[in-house]
Amino acid sequence: MTNKSATKTESQELLPEGWEMVIGLEIHVELATATKLFSPAQNSFGSEPNQNVHPVCLGLPGTLPVVNEKAIEFAARIGLALNCTVQKCVFARKNYFYPDMPKDYQISQFDEPLNIDGWVDLPVAGTRIRVERAHVEEDTGKTTHVGDSGRIHDAGYSLVDYNRAGVPLVEIVTHPDIRGPEEAKEYVDEVRAMVVAVGASDGKMEEGSLRVDANVSVRPAGSDELRTRCEIKNVNSLRSIGRAITYEAKRHVNLYESGKEPIQETRHWDEEAGRTRDGRKKEDSDDYRYFADPDLVAIDPTPEWIAQIAASQPALPAQRREALVSAGADSEGAALVVQRDLDSLVLAVIEAGGEAKRVLNHATNNLAIEGAEALSPSNFADLVKMEADGALTSTQAKQVLAEMVSDGSTPADIAAKHGFEAMDTGELEATLDEIISSSPQEWERFVNEPEARGKLQGFFVGQVMKATRGQADGKLVNQLLAKKANS
Amino acid sequence: MSKPAPKPTATDIAAQVRSGERTAVEVLEEHLAVVADRESEIHAFNVVIADEARERASAIDAQIASGEDPGPLAGVPVALKDNMCTTGIPTTCSSKILDGWKPPYNGTAVDKLYEAGAVVVGKTNLDEFAMGSSTENSAFGPTLNPLDTSCVPGGSSGGSAAAVAAGFAALSFGSDTGGSIRQPAALTGTVGLKPSYGTVSRYGLIAFASSLDQIGPFANTVADAAAGFEAVAGHDPRDSTSIPEQLRPVTPHLSDGVDGMRIGVITELMGDGELKGFEPEVIAQTRAAADALAAAGAKVSEVSVPSVVYGLTAYYLIAPSEASSNLARYDGVRYGNRVTGVNTAAMNTATRTAGFGAEVKRRIMLGTYALSAGYYDAFYGKAQRVRTLIIDDFARAYEDFDVLLSPTSPCVAFPFGAKSDPMTMYLNDTCTIPSNLSGQPAISVPFGTGDRGLPVGVQILAPMLGEVELFKVAAVLEGANQ
Repeated sequence: MTNKSATKTESQELLPEGWEMVIGLEIHVELATATKLFSPAQNSFGSEPNQNVHPVCLGLPGTLPVVNEKAIEFAARIGLALNCTVQKCVFARKNYFYPDMPKDYQISQFDEPLNIDGWVDLPVAGTRIRVERAHVEEDTGKTTHVGDSGRIHDAGYSLVDYNRAGVPLVEIVTHPDIRGPEEAKEYVDEVRAMVVAVGASDGKMEEGSLRVDANVSVRPAGSDELRTRCEIKNVNSLRSIGRAITYEAKRHVNLYESGKEPIQETRHWDEEAGRTRDGRKKEDSDDYRYFADPDLVAIDPTPEWIAQIAASQPALPAQRREALVSAGADSEGAALVVQRDLDSLVLAVIEAGGEAKRVLNHATNNLAIEGAEALSPSNFADLVKMEADGALTSTQAKQVLAEMVSDGSTPADIAAKHGFEAMDTGELEATLDEIISSSPQEWERFVNEPEARGKLQGFFVGQVMKATRGQADGKLVNQLLAKKANS
Repeated sequence: MSKPAPKPTATDIAAQVRSGERTAVEVLEEHLAVVADRESEIHAFNVVIADEARERASAIDAQIASGEDPGPLAGVPVALKDNMCTTGIPTTCSSKILDGWKPPYNGTAVDKLYEAGAVVVGKTNLDEFAMGSSTENSAFGPTLNPLDTSCVPGGSSGGSAAAVAAGFAALSFGSDTGGSIRQPAALTGTVGLKPSYGTVSRYGLIAFASSLDQIGPFANTVADAAAGFEAVAGHDPRDSTSIPEQLRPVTPHLSDGVDGMRIGVITELMGDGELKGFEPEVIAQTRAAADALAAAGAKVSEVSVPSVVYGLTAYYLIAPSEASSNLARYDGVRYGNRVTGVNTAAMNTATRTAGFGAEVKRRIMLGTYALSAGYYDAFYGKAQRVRTLIIDDFARAYEDFDVLLSPTSPCVAFPFGAKSDPMTMYLNDTCTIPSNLSGQPAISVPFGTGDRGLPVGVQILAPMLGEVELFKVAAVLEGANQ
């Protein structure tokens, strides 16, 4: 029956012995079109309430939807990035009453979505998450309940803002292939990078451009059954995705272990309390009475159109990481550089003669993303060369880099301005010898007590830095200390 | 009953106004005088916009005076069904739920009428949300048939039919979802066209059943109906279901005749098959119309279109299903009437309970049920398959025939309250529904009289975009109907 795998998965580490998590994610991505999905109203974030509206997205009687072709192109770009099949699709009406939905139905896609059967390979976890579908739909407006508790059931009144109503969304639905919070976060991050890379969305979770619902269940580790799941809504940051999933999975395990069972429901993540709460119980079960929207016609992308979209796809995160690795980057550094969107700069610096390892180090640790695009690759490469040649210490190099970003000067000029000069090994060795002779007890212990060496190493490096006003290369000091102690 | 005095035709009015022979103001005042005389009795209008119409007519006259051509409908007084959105003018669908709502925009057909030089005189009464066949379902009271005020004018576009029949307007427009133009045209002795689905934009037509609704004209003559159709037809990028093809003009073909045309009389709609309830005079006049066409040189024979007998059933699943969704937006949140409640759901319920009439509620419930999980396949899904069958059956018939012929309505105008049972009322649409399901065009033309001397309407059906053929046949029937 169950076939327990040899290595423990992430979720098995987090859950009591014998359980694992089964997670599927639904990501809603707002598309960065100029206008809404079916209406000429502007699609932008942060406007005054009810400014970005038009009779069509207000659902006024007599109005009709006309599909925004740019939204379909963006959706197909997302589909192709997710390795989906892009196919003929039909818009359907999802019928339910809600005040922030002007027509009291949402135009979505049901049994014939635009994108189906794709996958995402996670770069760090190394797992493949299958994508069931990525369909196009319209967003709803926003309701604010004004009353004592801010909750709908005892609100004094409600305010509705339709700016978001009709904004194009792509909903990306995975199979339940995710096995833990870190994997979930990595998946979301990878999808976010993809939709940004193809230009389909700004991917800003904090502005709601990318929203995640998690379907969470648990099962005996190694089993392939699918147990009752709960849908967790309101997870608005990567951090809360991880916390919410872990909380919910533990809740399920606790229920099972106390002889109870979870019920299928929608739950809300309470970030402050660090727990999920059951949503308002629905009086009627979810019967959305889907049917093909008679106001719209099927969209049947031609193979030529799909090929054209595919041919003009910008490089995807995976391809960009691969390019960095080919240029000499390690995979972890490559992932971080792509995430920081600094890969084209890094590649140009390596091309200009910068040593890959040092360039990666600066790009991942020392370089602020803002302003980095203004850096001249050849100046950056010169800086790395000066550092490699010992003309600058790593500390100095970091400072010079920061100033290169702020004032655009060459590294040589900045180094000269600060009087950063090559401190040659001989000079440094003389300084170190002086310090050793003035601290004989410390040196004695450094040489003879291996367990104290780490702490005392810090002492000697600190003394050297103090004496050289930070101009010494810490790494070189360590090398000299080791050489002297062993000689 | 007495034959009404001949009314000025739209084409004559436009010609006279364009030539400067008459002014638009003069024409308008003449029609407003008829309105003043009979509207309080007939109740064709929900609102008469005399002041706006006068301004508009003066503007048309100013255009003429400055040498501009206001368009093919210059100075023609036009009435619009009150489910066609008009900027700043109440548009109610004859429902309490939209009471007081003024659209911030004109529908495309309305814009086109203004561009053609028409003068809108008012918004006409209808069965609430176009659901009905007698205009008795209006929240604002029924419209009376100008030919016999003890009878209904048909529906749902009863107000538009009555407006033209009474001479309140030279031309009017309605919407036809299951016969709502053709049936009232038949009952009021007017010409009524349901164009091919997608030829007239639905933008600004308040939806009943989106896949079936189509705007079309009412007129006192076939030529006027042709002019009305040409004014409103054409591609509209705001309606995704609008047909992009260039349409053939119909007016140049009105006197082409029917010589050599193959015309099929639909066997199933002639009263001796499964479908009952046809008045014998209606059948007799339809046969007389067929004979007249044969006499004019057409090859006329009977043709079987077997699946039309299922049309009514399919229609009463598809139309209410779409309506249940289309009418969801009347929830009290944004416009129209609101009845308050303790929470949003209670407000929705109270608003809809108070705002909708019985027939609308009946159809919303029917449609909601037909689309529900577990019932979809048996009801909505199956109805859609019947729809395909009907389209296929028509396609087979049109292999051998250019146009088809049937009665428009199984009966002539009936007295108020005579069909209070919904099923009896629904049977009125037996002959008209198949064209809505197939999307194909059909026209009703008066031909002779039936019971109590009331007019009979004969229906001509054609394949998609076959309006030219429809009008050729209609013109011949009009000539033969003396």
